Amino acid sequence: MTTIVATSAPEAAVQQPGRLTLLLRYFNRNKGLAIGLIILIALVLFTVIGLMTINPKQAYPLSVATKQPPSLKYPFGTDFFGRNLLAAMVVGMWQTAVIGVIAGGLGTLIGIVLGFTSAYFGGWIDSTIRTICQILTPIPVLLIQVVVAGSLDKRDVTIITMALIVVMLAWMGPTLVIRAQVLTMKERQFVSVAKLSGVSDIAIIFKEILPNLLPFIAAAFVGQVFAAVFASFYLAVLGLGPLREPLLGNIIWAAQLQGAFFNGWWWWPIGPSIAMILILGSLALINMGLDELANPRVRRTE
Amino acid sequence: MTRVNFKLIAKRLSFLVLVIWAASTIVFFVPRLSPRNAIRERFAELARSGGFAPGDIEKLIANMNQQFGLDKPLLEQYWTYLGNIVRMDFGYSLNRYPATVTDIISQALPWTFFLLLVTTILSFIIGNLLGAVSAWPKAPRWLRSIATPFVLLTGVPPVIMGVLLLFFIGFRMKLLPLGGAYSIGVVPNWSLDFALDLLRHQLLPGLALILGSVGGWVLSMRGMGVTIQGEDYVNFAEHKGLTGGRIFRDYYLRNTLLPQVTGLALALGTVITSAIIVEGLFGLPGLGTVLNNAIRANDFPVIYGIVLFITIAIAVLMAVLEFIYPLLDPRVRNQ
Repeated sequence: MTTIVATSAPEAAVQQPGRLTLLLRYFNRNKGLAIGLIILIALVLFTVIGLMTINPKQAYPLSVATKQPPSLKYPFGTDFFGRNLLAAMVVGMWQTAVIGVIAGGLGTLIGIVLGFTSAYFGGWIDSTIRTICQILTPIPVLLIQVVVAGSLDKRDVTIITMALIVVMLAWMGPTLVIRAQVLTMKERQFVSVAKLSGVSDIAIIFKEILPNLLPFIAAAFVGQVFAAVFASFYLAVLGLGPLREPLLGNIIWAAQLQGAFFNGWWWWPIGPSIAMILILGSLALINMGLDELANPRVRRTE
Repeated sequence: MTRVNFKLIAKRLSFLVLVIWAASTIVFFVPRLSPRNAIRERFAELARSGGFAPGDIEKLIANMNQQFGLDKPLLEQYWTYLGNIVRMDFGYSLNRYPATVTDIISQALPWTFFLLLVTTILSFIIGNLLGAVSAWPKAPRWLRSIATPFVLLTGVPPVIMGVLLLFFIGFRMKLLPLGGAYSIGVVPNWSLDFALDLLRHQLLPGLALILGSVGGWVLSMRGMGVTIQGEDYVNFAEHKGLTGGRIFRDYYLRNTLLPQVTGLALALGTVITSAIIVEGLFGLPGLGTVLNNAIRANDFPVIYGIVLFITIAIAVLMAVLEFIYPLLDPRVRNQ
């Protein structure tokens, strides 16, 4: 959009709005993306400021008085094991972010590599990758993750292994999405032109197709982070997480195990639950917003 | 009657077998790759509390390995295992020996089955109706806006919904119980009081599952409803002078519901795993609590048995939904 300043000279008549104005205008159209980003930034600030100000030792058992309700000293209270829940949530959110970014990044990367190989080269490679994806897709990922996590020695389960367990069965989605996009992209004229002018396969993939897929890749990445956070949360709620760490799911698992509501310690599971809602909600909003950015035809129906 | 397409059925069934085979193979090999030995851990635990001499333990473990066939070559074990899966035999529970895993699953299954059946049907119906209405331009404004709060809840996992419901309805307002299948001290019997007690304990978990999944149906239904409004046959029906209700029911719902059934098949995995975790949170005696306890007690055969059982159930249900799809959609039937 341009604004026309009528009185000035003709050559200066068309004034491009600044980048910031354009960005703000876009956010006004795509409100979901804006709200999601604002929540995410707030969560990041909470975690970063928290990590700088709190004593991370208090996120672990026997560091503070037990079973204290929320107060000025302990804004989220303390739990049965003597953890300061504010500290536990700050560390837990940091760990959730680590799992999400590692698992989401790896999953997307595998998806990009497999999706490109599958779609660009076709033939038996394509049918093998596609068949494996199709067979694995109906198997509920969480249940297989339960088997993997359960088979590990409890001492071996760390934040990093959690991320690896989650990513092990989470690359099928991005593979299929990227594959479908590359397939349509391959038929476009600019790719044919590049091919006819003798550009190599590798150069076509990296210089012609990949840049055009960036919005899809970004959306797939956010979707993967969402899935990874969700999956690691469920595993932790089942008691398969790194039990020593204050992961948000672990806190809820421990609270349920100790009968927090039966005993009146209501604050114990509430904080982590709300944090989880905010994390998943912001990721879902950003994901939907990016979908709209990648594919303007998918307008939401408001 | 139309001719049954045997080729298609054979293709679907072989796919079903492939999925079950893949899941069984993963469940067979993953634990065997791990350094953990369930039997050794079990006896080490018993030894700590009971007092065996270490020599005896080695003998016992060797004996047990022989009994469970763990001393045989891996490939032979794998064949026996696949045969057992076909017969739905998942072995014995370590923790509740001599109960078999199949016994334990069949005791817990009715709880999970009814909870799932009721909540899935209710959320499917409510979600699709709300979604359809919210995309229907002739619906009154207030009716269309009912769907919005459900949409906002879409990203919330049902187990968190459960925690919040427990806090507000169970803990703060003390309206409904905080967990368990029935009140403590009540003996199960066939009276109306007991039935009501059971129902009261199922309300919160059911509500958590419904609230957690209605939004998804609303969103997909609304998306579809909007595309269908511009269709010629809807315009034609309007110009023919059909009443709004008739168009809504026979032209609009009828056509949007078909893809939603496919959606239901795809969502089954998520729906069932969510239900299991919510059951664990509320301590209902279904598969979720059994899985929770098995994880805590390192009862590996039960963990693997439940995982395989649910995977098979989901694969079979998806196949069933695919087979009844032609009954709903005449276009597919005639092909």
